[in-house]
Amino acid sequence: MGAPFVDMEAQILGEHEHLGHAPVRFRTVERSDALALAGAAVASFALAWLVFTRLTAAGWNIGMFVAWYATFLLMVWLIGKEQYDAVRARDLVARAVFWTVGLMLIVPMAAITVYTISKGVAALTPNFFLEDQSRVGPLSPPSVGGASQAIVGTLEQVGLATLISVPLGVAVAVFLNEVGGRLARPVRMIVDAMSAIPSIVAGLFIFAAFILALGGQLSGFAAALALAVLMLPTVTRTTEVVLRLVPGGLREAGLALGATEWRTTRHVVLPTARSGIVTAVILGVARVIGETAPLLLTTLGATAMNVNPFEGKQSALPLYVYRLFQLPQEVAIQRAWTGALVLLMLVLVLFVTARLIGGRGPGHIGRLRRARLAREGLA
Amino acid sequence: MLLHPDLRSAPDEPEPTEPMQPIDPTIALEGLHLVPEAPVRPVIRRNTADRAFRSLATAAGALTLVLMALIGLFLLIRSWDALRVAGLSFFTTAQWEPDGGVFGIAAVLLGTFLIAFVALGVAVPVAIIGSIFITDYAPARMRTPLIWLVDLLAAVPSLIYGLWGRSFLQPKIIPISDWISTHLGFIPIFESDRAVGFAASTFIAGIVVALMVLPICTAVMREVFSQAPAGEKEGALALGGTRWGVIRTVVLPFGRGGMVGASMLGLGRALGETIAITLIISPTFEISRLTQILQTGGNSIASLIALRFSESSSFGISALMAAGLALFVLTLLVNAVASVVVARSRSGASTEI
Repeated sequence: MGAPFVDMEAQILGEHEHLGHAPVRFRTVERSDALALAGAAVASFALAWLVFTRLTAAGWNIGMFVAWYATFLLMVWLIGKEQYDAVRARDLVARAVFWTVGLMLIVPMAAITVYTISKGVAALTPNFFLEDQSRVGPLSPPSVGGASQAIVGTLEQVGLATLISVPLGVAVAVFLNEVGGRLARPVRMIVDAMSAIPSIVAGLFIFAAFILALGGQLSGFAAALALAVLMLPTVTRTTEVVLRLVPGGLREAGLALGATEWRTTRHVVLPTARSGIVTAVILGVARVIGETAPLLLTTLGATAMNVNPFEGKQSALPLYVYRLFQLPQEVAIQRAWTGALVLLMLVLVLFVTARLIGGRGPGHIGRLRRARLAREGLA
Repeated sequence: MLLHPDLRSAPDEPEPTEPMQPIDPTIALEGLHLVPEAPVRPVIRRNTADRAFRSLATAAGALTLVLMALIGLFLLIRSWDALRVAGLSFFTTAQWEPDGGVFGIAAVLLGTFLIAFVALGVAVPVAIIGSIFITDYAPARMRTPLIWLVDLLAAVPSLIYGLWGRSFLQPKIIPISDWISTHLGFIPIFESDRAVGFAASTFIAGIVVALMVLPICTAVMREVFSQAPAGEKEGALALGGTRWGVIRTVVLPFGRGGMVGASMLGLGRALGETIAITLIISPTFEISRLTQILQTGGNSIASLIALRFSESSSFGISALMAAGLALFVLTLLVNAVASVVVARSRSGASTEI
C-alpha cells in the first residue's frame, strides 16, 4: 500500500500558500559557522578513519561511521563553546543535526529511483509492451515475450475503478461541501477512516461480497471493485479540499442571479474547481495503480492476454512483477524489474502531473482553454 | 425589497406586534445581535431538480457509510465459522493451522506490532527533525523540492519498496544488524543467534515500512510546525534566544499534539502494510524468534493473508477473514484516535476564504 496522501491541502496548495503570516526568516548562515561545520566534518572523519583503519584493525564498519558522527558533533560543540558560549554551541550542534537529517531526506527517493532504473532498463525493449507471456519459458531471454497482457489488464482495471469511484467520490465531496447537513460529519469521519483501510482488507471484502456472496468470478472487474474502494477516499478528500477553496462569493453570485443550487454547483462550482478535480482523479489513479495485495485475492493473474475484464482471470502489472520476482531464474527477476520500472515511471509521471495541475489553484484558465475562449469571443 | 422569490422569511418568526415595526432588511440584520437565539433564517423553496440533486448527493454520502458497514459486516459473516471454532483461543494461539483446528493471531499480531514499532522508531525522529528542517532551517529555494521528494515516497507502490528492500537495502542493513547485536546484544530484543542470520528480519521490514510512513508523518508534522505562533517565535528571538532555543521552547511544545497524532497515523499505515513486508520477511510463528527483531524471521497479519490465501481451504479462508477483521478493527481504532489527536492539535486552523 502506498500510503495515501493525507495532507491534501499541502498537496494542492503547495507549502507557501497556507502560511498566512510570512514566516520568520533568519539571516543566512554566517560564513565562519559554515566553515567551522565543514572543517569539523573533515577533521572528525580523518580522526575516525585513522583510529579505525590505521591504529586498530576494525576497518570500514558501522562503528567507524557512528564514531565519525559522534566526534563531528563533539567538535562542533567545542568550536561553538570556544568561539561563543554554551548556548550558541548547542545551537550549532542542533543546526548540524537538522542539516544532516534534512539532507538525508533526499536519499531514499533518489536511491529507489536510481536503483530501479539501473535494474530495469536493460530489458526495456519494445517487445515488453507488445507481446504477452504465453510463449515465455522459464529461461527465455528478455527479448522474447513481454507484459502486454499485464499492461492491458492494469489499464482496464484502473479504468473501471476510475469510472466507479470518480463520479461517486465527486458526488460525496459535493455532498460534504455544498449540501451538508447532519450526515456530513459522520460521512467525513468515515471517508477519513476509509483512507486508512489496509489494501488487503479491501481485497478480502470484495472476495467475500462479490465472489462468495454474489457468485461473481475472479476477474479484472472484481479487482476494479477492490481498487475503487481504495480510490474513493483519495478522490473524495482531494475534491472536497478543492471545493472548499472555491470562493463563497461565486456561489452567492450564482444564487443571487436566480440559479438553483444544482445549476450553481454544475455551472459555477464544479467548473471553477476543474483543475482540482483532475488532480483528485490523477492522485486516485496513482494511489491504486501499483496496488498488489487486493489483486492477489481478486484476479490472481494470467500469462496470456485476456482483454475481457468481466470474464476469466486477468493479469496486471503489479501482479506480473510480484510473481516473476519470486521465481529463481535471473531472467524472470530481470523481467520483474522492468515491470517495476514501468510502474514507478507511471506513478512518478502521474504524481508530478497532479502537482503541476493542482498547484495552479481554483479558477485558473490554462493556455488551451484561454485560446478556446478567445475563439468564442469570451476572453 | 428585492429578495429572490425562493427566499422568504421563516414562518415561525413572530409577527410584528406594532404596525410601524420596520421590515427593512438592513435594520432587521442590525438588530440581529440582540436576539442571538432566533436569527432570521430564510426558508428556501427548492424546485424538483434541486431536491433531486440534494437527495442524490446525500445518497452518495450515505453510500460511503453503508460501504464501510458492509466491509465490517461481510468480514464478520465470513469469519464466523472460524471464530466459532477457535473462540477466545483465536487471540492466544500462535500457530496457524486452520485445517488442524489450531490457529490464532497471537504471533502475527505481535509480528505486526513489532514491525510497526521498528518503523515508527526510525520514521518518527526522522520526521520530527526533517519537518522542522523544512519549516525552519531549509533555505526557501530548497523547501519545495524537499517536500516533493518526501511526498513522492508516498506515491511509490508498496511492491517497489519490497523489491528494493530485498535486493538493495537488505545487504546494507545486515552489517548494521550485526553491529547492533554485537554491541547492544545485552538488550533483550537485540539479542540474536548468529547462526540464524540477519536476513529477512523484522528489523529490515520495519526500516522499509519506516520509509513508507515517513511522508504521512512528515506532512502532518510539517503542517503543525508551520503553524507555530510567529509572535512567540519572534518574541523568543527578541529576548536573545538562538534558533534552537526557539524550536525547543516554542515549536516543539506547540507541536506536541501534532507529533503524537502524526505518529499514530503512521502506526495506522504501518499496521496495514502488505506486499513490501511479504516480500521481505521469512514468516515464522514462534514468539521467541519474533521478539528477536534483528534475526531472520518475522510475520504480520497482512502478509499472512497474502501468503496463505491462494492455498487455503474454505475454512482456511474463513480463518484468514477473521485475521482480516482483526486488522480492520485495529487500523480503524488507531486511526480514529489519531485523527482526534490531530484535529485537536490544529484546532482553529481552517482554509475558509
